[in-house]
Amino acid sequence: MSQSGDYGIDGRCQAALFALLMLLASACLAQEKRSGYQDASPETRAMQDDDAANPGFLWVQQGEALWSQRATGTLGSCADCHGSAPITMRGVAARYPMFDQKLGRPITLAQRIQQCRVERQGDTPLRPEGDALLGLTAYVGLQSRGMPMAVAIEGPARAFFESGKALFATRQGQLNLSCSQCHDGLAGQRLAGSVIPQGQPNGYPEYRLEWQGMGSLDRRIRNCLVGVRAEPLAPDAPELANLELYLGWRANGLAVETPAVRP
Amino acid sequence: MVRVLIGVPKQVKRDEPFEVKLLISHPMESGQRRDAMGQAIPRDIINSFVCTYNGEEVLRAELFPAIAANPFLSFAVVAQESGTLEMRFTDDHGVVQTETVRVTVG
Repeated sequence: MSQSGDYGIDGRCQAALFALLMLLASACLAQEKRSGYQDASPETRAMQDDDAANPGFLWVQQGEALWSQRATGTLGSCADCHGSAPITMRGVAARYPMFDQKLGRPITLAQRIQQCRVERQGDTPLRPEGDALLGLTAYVGLQSRGMPMAVAIEGPARAFFESGKALFATRQGQLNLSCSQCHDGLAGQRLAGSVIPQGQPNGYPEYRLEWQGMGSLDRRIRNCLVGVRAEPLAPDAPELANLELYLGWRANGLAVETPAVRP
Repeated sequence: MVRVLIGVPKQVKRDEPFEVKLLISHPMESGQRRDAMGQAIPRDIINSFVCTYNGEEVLRAELFPAIAANPFLSFAVVAQESGTLEMRFTDDHGVVQTETVRVTVG
């Protein structure tokens, strides 16, 4: 057998191996969008599926009461302008974060509620991450449950989206990890005993068993940042809204699950 | 007053068990934790629960600190006639809260 013949066989083997690797790589990259629901245990899923067992509905109940509550000294309740939430708020949460023309930057649903409260209701802003704000956000979010996420990044939002996307891929913290390394690269594998989810934001605000309470996507991201020992982003940091805009777009097409239940 | 969610079918069949679900908004503070200053956080849990149907006791439960926040209770009840399901729970401060639901046998 000649030398060149050996090379020939080797070359074919290499080509075949390369093709196989490429196929595997593309299969990994083109991982289907997966809600955190699918990675949760059957018990956790059952909690989310039954509205009477889903603790998130305790906040929804509070939000529903606040929707039509007219505080003294204010210009009116949410219902005074927006009417019945199941009709007027249908599909709204699926489009957030959304670019705000006046502010010239994207804002989250909770920030929109705060803006409405201060500018149009003439009321004081609600405590960030407090029960009232979580409740109202969950109540508005519930009206989009089952509808596909539809976050727009066209036009002026594009620059903020790119900035959020870059942040997602930036290594940070003492562990020097980017969001993308775990939630794109290692999603579906395990971190200690837990499945690493894709980090899809389609169920916020959500009830986390670990928190024994309701929390926003802001809180979840801060949680992750502390986990990689990076400096957590402040609640009003523009980077947070940019990152949430990217995450929202990344989840486009997944059904809204607010109020989701997660481990 | 704490927030409560109750799940009971509006209409039930005579002599057939139906499920009652109760979700109570409560921190269920175990008494084992300490705050940022190192001070013990006092225990604050719902410690007892009683459910009656038309005045007759159908379930009595004692709750303990190992139960997570926002406790969820679920149990079966059999009804012979329409009536009122009354659920009463007491917390560590001695505050008693009562919730009632009308059940129709049809």
